[in-house]
Amino acid sequence: MKKKRILTILVVACLLVGGLWFLQKLLTPKYINEIIEGRLIADYYDNAGGNDVVFIGDCEVYENISPITLWEDYGITSYIRGSAQQLIWQSYYLMEETLKYEKPKVMVFNVLSMKYGEPQNEAYNRMTLDGMRWSDSKVNSIKASMTDEEEFITYLFPLLRYHSRWSELSGEDFEYLFKTKRSFHQGYLMRVDVRPVTSYPSPTPLQDYQFSDTSYEYLDKMVKLCKDNGVELVLMKAPSIYPYWYDEWEEQMEDYAEKNGLLYINFLELLDETGIDFDTDTYDNGLHLNLSGAEKLAKYLGAELQETYQLPDHRGDAQVAAKWQEKSDFYHEMEADQYRELEEYGYLKSYGGRKPAGQED
Amino acid sequence: MLFTSYTFIAFLAAMFVLYYLVPKKFQWMLLLAGSYLFYAWAGIHFLAYILVTTVTTWYAAKRMTVLQTEQSAYLKAHKAELSREEKKALKAAGKKKTRHWMLFCLLLNLGILAVLKYTDFFISNINGIFDTDIAFMRFALPMGISFYTFQSMGYLLDVYRGKYAAQDSLGRFALFVSFFPQVIQGPISRYDDMAKTLYDEHPYDHHNISFGIQRICWGFFKKMVVADRILVAVNELIKNPADYTGAYVLAAMFFYAIELYADFTGGIDITIGIAQVFGVHLVENFERPFFSKNTAEYWRRWHITMGTWFRDYIFYPISVCQPMLKLSKASREKLGQALGKRVPVYLSTSIVWFVTGLWHGASWNFIVWGMLNCLVLIVSQEFEPFYAWFHKKFPKVGRTFWYRLFQVARTFCLMSAIRILDCYRDVPLTFHQVGTIFTEGNWNVLVNGSLLELGLSAADWGVILAGVLAMLIVSLIGRSGSVREKLSKQPMALRYGVYAALFLGVLIFGAYGIGFDASQFIYNQF
Repeated sequence: MKKKRILTILVVACLLVGGLWFLQKLLTPKYINEIIEGRLIADYYDNAGGNDVVFIGDCEVYENISPITLWEDYGITSYIRGSAQQLIWQSYYLMEETLKYEKPKVMVFNVLSMKYGEPQNEAYNRMTLDGMRWSDSKVNSIKASMTDEEEFITYLFPLLRYHSRWSELSGEDFEYLFKTKRSFHQGYLMRVDVRPVTSYPSPTPLQDYQFSDTSYEYLDKMVKLCKDNGVELVLMKAPSIYPYWYDEWEEQMEDYAEKNGLLYINFLELLDETGIDFDTDTYDNGLHLNLSGAEKLAKYLGAELQETYQLPDHRGDAQVAAKWQEKSDFYHEMEADQYRELEEYGYLKSYGGRKPAGQED
Repeated sequence: MLFTSYTFIAFLAAMFVLYYLVPKKFQWMLLLAGSYLFYAWAGIHFLAYILVTTVTTWYAAKRMTVLQTEQSAYLKAHKAELSREEKKALKAAGKKKTRHWMLFCLLLNLGILAVLKYTDFFISNINGIFDTDIAFMRFALPMGISFYTFQSMGYLLDVYRGKYAAQDSLGRFALFVSFFPQVIQGPISRYDDMAKTLYDEHPYDHHNISFGIQRICWGFFKKMVVADRILVAVNELIKNPADYTGAYVLAAMFFYAIELYADFTGGIDITIGIAQVFGVHLVENFERPFFSKNTAEYWRRWHITMGTWFRDYIFYPISVCQPMLKLSKASREKLGQALGKRVPVYLSTSIVWFVTGLWHGASWNFIVWGMLNCLVLIVSQEFEPFYAWFHKKFPKVGRTFWYRLFQVARTFCLMSAIRILDCYRDVPLTFHQVGTIFTEGNWNVLVNGSLLELGLSAADWGVILAGVLAMLIVSLIGRSGSVREKLSKQPMALRYGVYAALFLGVLIFGAYGIGFDASQFIYNQF
């Protein structure tokens, strides 16, 4: 009788845990056809290792640099650990986590997030943190990132956060229950369409231009982390027109780089050198670059990094080359498919593009 | 610490583990420590208020018991020597001394409650009447003050009446006042009921714990799946009175009735369930009130412990106090037996309902709500002869299902209509809004999809409907005995299926987390 009771409890417990696990899988957003950047962070684990350069930061890295161009033109292996509105402490913990998987020669951090000294937005937090594998880096990143409305337990059991998605479930949630879709190129999110810059922003005066102590604290930690691991840290500012990058911010970054002996590249000041043309190289009026812009930036950056840090050209290594050839093929297939969609529909129908004005539903 | 917060669930889990790990003689002490921790969570300074009530009530009651015991011992020892008059005089003197302690403690604690809860209401009335501009005090109200004050005063009056002896231990009494599951929204327990199990040593009892957890889950279901979901529509309707008139007001009445029922009974289910997990028995506060066939019955089945508190500690004492007895005599003489005997009863009833309204909140809408309930009760009483005539004339009608259903629906509608005063919290606005039900004529909004534009999707309404049906089915099953007992006798697969459905229902369909406002239980505000 006792044995039967224990067996019953065990079966019920297994069914309950299994059921909860299944429900959690089902209800957690898949980010397959919309807001696909929600999958960027988790995509890394299938591509971890063997990268000489790792880029860390917000959309100014994952939309603006093409790692495939770095490979094709310089034989540099690289990966972008970017996510939407990635905050500086999230970047730091992603760096820390990356170093558990590999030891790149260079890590490039995009400095736009220096402007945020406090947690910002739960939805963006989720896109960075949910995709991370469990480690002390993830735990610390969650703790540093949570807004007042958030609870740690909801990261531990995402079902508690996403339970109300039951009414929004679509075919995508069932189709991608146990698999995902290949969408990125070493962390790069490709867009080939063009939406030129029509106006340049006039800066809104700020009350205080000083970056917060928290931002500096994490930047210092990045410097130390890279130093301790023998990794060169490079700071960059992507050539995005929006959000506005103030002269006062630029001054602080230049001072910081000089004081710490870091290479700092502000691409906003290198438009002629990179050849970035905001009539042809952006898909959203200057917020992000399109493929053309990302390739131009990669070409410039590749030369700079190779010259400064003597990064090896891996194209002669057959094993590495074979692996990257497959990545290149996928990259060019997607490029061709995006151009096909542009021609066929006038916009990127399957890649998050917006219908041109006058064609909206 | 909201009952529906993760913090509370973690706190409860920790308390549960510790409770069955510590030596049994320390269990009540653990409950006391947990209760004070729970209370301090709302603000450590609030502890001062509950401590004052606890210490003064405990001491006054103890003094009264000492006086009563000494007097009784003296009378026993000198039984033969004392004349009847001397005994009477001694008893009167003793009663006077105990009354002093009782009055001191009663006035002090009700004074604290009155000052904290009603000062601003008083000031606003003074400002309104005399056109003055006295600044509001804006005292922060300690959590559950109306509940623990009434519970303590009930104990004080019982000891004064000699119903039982005072509790010797301050710690044990402090636990009775602050027991964390019930301190914020009741039920308002009686000491002699609660003491039977509160201080006992409780071994691990699978049956009690399992039943307790089932009840907690059911409470969470009502609160989080039904009440907190329909709350969105109620808020939309109530906060924009100019936009939602006529049939919308009718909808608001019924939606609020559902919300309040699910919220309050859900909270009480959680409270009683938690107490049961710790082996403590708390009295029931509801007995399927929406199945009541008339208002008097409704009030015997809704918030039972509040109703009985007012009956025992206000209605009865007022009814037999000297001025009321004199009034009774005078009214009988002047108005005749039939009419005269009703005057004191209706006056006492009116006083009780006035206080009941005031207890719910320092606002005229609550007072009007109380007085309207009183009016309905008195009118129903006056209609008794008519009902009796009707049932005599048509004996079969009264026994039909449809007539009983009509009675239930009538009571539900009447109570829902009066309760709308809770929502608008403004008496003229409430009457205006209710008036539009009869003048607006926009009945089509109930069927043309307009109700889907109140912040809830069709799926949300589906969940609410399913939740209401579940509550109805459970209530119907519960009429013939404990639902949990009945369920426990079902085949294992069905039993566990129901448990899993309940648990997953709360987990998936509960209105909690980001995107939902964590809502306090409605009765926490009282």
